Amino acid sequence: MPEARLFLERRSYRRRRIMDAVRMLPFLCALLWIAVPAMWPNGAGGTEAMPLSVALRYVFIIWLLTITASFALWRRTGREDKASADTSARPKA
Amino acid sequence: MVSLNQLIAVCLVYVAGLFLVAFLAERAAFRGRGGWLLRSPLVYTLSLSIYCTAWTFYGAVGYAARSGLEYVTIYLGPSLVMIGWWWVLRRLVRIGRAQRVTSVADLISARYGKSNLLAVMVTIMAVVGVTPYIALQLQSVTLSVSIFAATETASGQGGQINDNAAFWVAAGLAVFTLLFGTRNLNANERHHGVVIAVAVEAVVKLVALVAVGVFVVWGVAGGLSETVARIDASPISTWQTGGGRWTALIVLSAAALVCLPRMFQVMVVENDDERHLQIASWAFPLYLLAISLFVVPIAVVGLELMPEGANPDLYVLTVPLSQGQNGLAMLAFLGGFSSATSMVIVATLALSTMMSNHIVMPLWLKLNDAGATQSGDVRTVVIRARRLSIMLIITLGYLYYSASGGSGALAAIGLISFGGVAQFLPALLGGIFWRGATRTGAVAGLSIGFVVWMYTMLLPSFGPDAALSAAVFDHGPLGLGWLRPQALFGIAGLDPTVHAVWWSLSLNTLLFFVVSIFSFPTPLERLQGAQFVNVFDHSSGPAHGWSASQGRTEDLMIMSQRILGATEAKAFFKREAAQQGRMGVPPVPTQEFVQALERELAASVGAATANAMISQIIGGQAISVEDLMAVADESAQILEYSSKLETKSRQLAETANELGRTNEKLTQLSLQKDSFLSQISHELRTPMTSIRSFSEILRDMEGLSAAEKTRYASIIHSETIRLTRLLDDLLDLSVLENGQVSLNARQVNLHDVIEQSVTTAQASSARPIDIRRKPRNEDVTLHTDGDRLAQVFINIVANAIKYCDAAAPVLTIAVRRHDEDVIIGFTDNGTGIPVEGQNLIFEKFARLGNGDADGAGLGLAICREIITRLGGQISYVQHDQGGSFEVRLSRTGLAREAQRLLPA
Repeated sequence: MPEARLFLERRSYRRRRIMDAVRMLPFLCALLWIAVPAMWPNGAGGTEAMPLSVALRYVFIIWLLTITASFALWRRTGREDKASADTSARPKA
Repeated sequence: MVSLNQLIAVCLVYVAGLFLVAFLAERAAFRGRGGWLLRSPLVYTLSLSIYCTAWTFYGAVGYAARSGLEYVTIYLGPSLVMIGWWWVLRRLVRIGRAQRVTSVADLISARYGKSNLLAVMVTIMAVVGVTPYIALQLQSVTLSVSIFAATETASGQGGQINDNAAFWVAAGLAVFTLLFGTRNLNANERHHGVVIAVAVEAVVKLVALVAVGVFVVWGVAGGLSETVARIDASPISTWQTGGGRWTALIVLSAAALVCLPRMFQVMVVENDDERHLQIASWAFPLYLLAISLFVVPIAVVGLELMPEGANPDLYVLTVPLSQGQNGLAMLAFLGGFSSATSMVIVATLALSTMMSNHIVMPLWLKLNDAGATQSGDVRTVVIRARRLSIMLIITLGYLYYSASGGSGALAAIGLISFGGVAQFLPALLGGIFWRGATRTGAVAGLSIGFVVWMYTMLLPSFGPDAALSAAVFDHGPLGLGWLRPQALFGIAGLDPTVHAVWWSLSLNTLLFFVVSIFSFPTPLERLQGAQFVNVFDHSSGPAHGWSASQGRTEDLMIMSQRILGATEAKAFFKREAAQQGRMGVPPVPTQEFVQALERELAASVGAATANAMISQIIGGQAISVEDLMAVADESAQILEYSSKLETKSRQLAETANELGRTNEKLTQLSLQKDSFLSQISHELRTPMTSIRSFSEILRDMEGLSAAEKTRYASIIHSETIRLTRLLDDLLDLSVLENGQVSLNARQVNLHDVIEQSVTTAQASSARPIDIRRKPRNEDVTLHTDGDRLAQVFINIVANAIKYCDAAAPVLTIAVRRHDEDVIIGFTDNGTGIPVEGQNLIFEKFARLGNGDADGAGLGLAICREIITRLGGQISYVQHDQGGSFEVRLSRTGLAREAQRLLPA
């Protein structure tokens, strides 16, 4: 890095924010997949258990949304990469 | 019903098709064609689908029928890892490419200082962990065959058919893997045949499962809403999984995606382009979603349609069969067959690479002490080792299947296998993210993790009184209750899987961390650690140094030929030589070259073995001082400090040297002064003595004749003249030496100067001398002080007249030009100056022999001073007979020189 700049031009800024999204996506997804189902009642404590069809729908919708987000991010990074050749994408904000 | 013969025929056609596809792919790759497909992200993503084995194809439905939505955790974990590709997989792939990693064992071994111990441990753990999984695939195939066979054969023959099916499937898979898995030795090169076959199988199993799903939802259940209604009405209508188990299974499957040898093979080793990874980050979860989408509907419909006691693992087959959908059942069978075969092929390939590289080759090297340097092709050894390993692994899988008798639900075996390989995770992640991870820590963590996994997961899976006695289950080994395999440390009541995963992984991580903190890594470990953790900073930086010496290239060449093959090795050496700028000669074994060679070999035989082979030839690895410095955490300070120290000590040494030189010079000057004073005293005293004595004679002696008086007075007179001249000379020399001389520079003609000098010198001496000159050559214009130059020439010519010992003295004055210089040579025909005197003649008071006392011996010293002031040189040149004085003056530089020297 020849010199460290504090502020970036618009395109580099956009690319870094997209990479931020790429990095954050799995955590969001893990939260939705692990933390939320862990709170579902499974009928053990006398409460009414979560219906399977609802759980099924929830898991698969999250899945589909995540895939769509991941796909969209890939498209965006591909475009941004084409625009500028720097692919190293170092974690610098 | 489909007849068994039909089934076998379809299977054979399908297998033949696979062989053909693999063969065509290999051929296309060999001819350099079809890269758009073979190296496409599509094929990469599809090849990742070997994650979905027969366990997925049959087992997922069975799993769902037993435990509801829990099956989906096995696909959520990998989806998370893929979506989070940026964190772990990107790093793994980059390291894999940078270090030419051949397997997960190779990666861990290379990270921890190319430790063969670790490689062997990981290999054994992988074999132990994956063998049941291979057995599971064989079991699924035989189970599915038995469904078709059940209606046709009497129950007595069923077992026979099952065993036969398992055997033939195992044999067929072995042949396929042998054919397409060991074509090239370089494990880093893609196995195009295998990869394309796996991709085709991925499509087949997806299509088959989706087809069954579509049939079940729209053909049997009668639409989406009806299916949901059936789900709500089924025995698995509610969410039953506990949060702990849900989380543990997701973590376990996520770990397995990274650690499974076969996944590592297709994801890292066979990766062709890092960009494919990001495409797979959405494409592979999509595949997983598609393949698990219809699992619950199939399970629900199966539970509804099939009689009590039917194996839910086979609903994918039995539901279509029960509806008379023979074609669909056949497709489903092929799908299951595909998932089983592709998994076995890739798993065997990955394991065999590990076994041959980390167990067979090191053993072979050890047994053949001169191993690396002896002649003969090692490639055959490696390939044979790999083939042997393939057969061994498939045989192990078959034996495990036969021994276990095909018992146990598919899902259980799959989870156990996952639990085994997940033990690599701490060492793997620690290795690529944490530079403090050490080999000792990795060994400790892996060991405890493996032992706990065996004890809490693998052995109990055989049931009470099989591997572990029922007493151990209930009361722990030797009655130690806190060591009960399913209630370690007395914490009972946990789900067995959660229990095993929790204890094995947490103890593994804890020990890995603690031992790493308290142990100290070897320099090689630290270097490798820095390379791995900072892979994005300097992917191509050298890992370490080899103290290579000349003359080893031959040995290296012999060894490389045996591993890489003659043509490849020659090409590699040629390329490296060209890079070193050497054509037609072997490369110099520089550090860079040996490192490149090691990496090349590592791609074939693994890092540890390549390292061992090279060190057999090079004789040990040198980690240079710079490397060690770089390793040290305080490297920056050390480097700075040492460079400062170095500068200081250099300065000190310089000062001391200078002082010494000055001291020497002063001593010499002091000596010179002493000798000068004594010379001067002597020179002054001689004429003084004679002046005094003759003046005393004149004063005191009476009756001196006039002639005598005249004689004595003239002696006094001549001695006074001599004294005056001496004093003049001294004065002259002193002025010259102090640089206070004022030279009168102007344009002069050399001819005139010589002419004047010769005339003057001859006039002051009575001795005749023949002076020979070539006036034409003397016509040179110089910018100099003509009078001073004449003084020098007069001195030289007078010396020649005075000292030439020839009977008829001849002095030749020759002027010649040399580059920008004019050289005036004065050669007489005398015997010249004796050798021992030649060094002295330009010194003050140097007089040779005992010639008359006319000169004080300052003439040539003055000459030298003058010529030096004029920017020239004067020297005495020895010839065969006699010698000559040569005065060298610069023609062009003179003006400049003079300007510098002469005060304006």
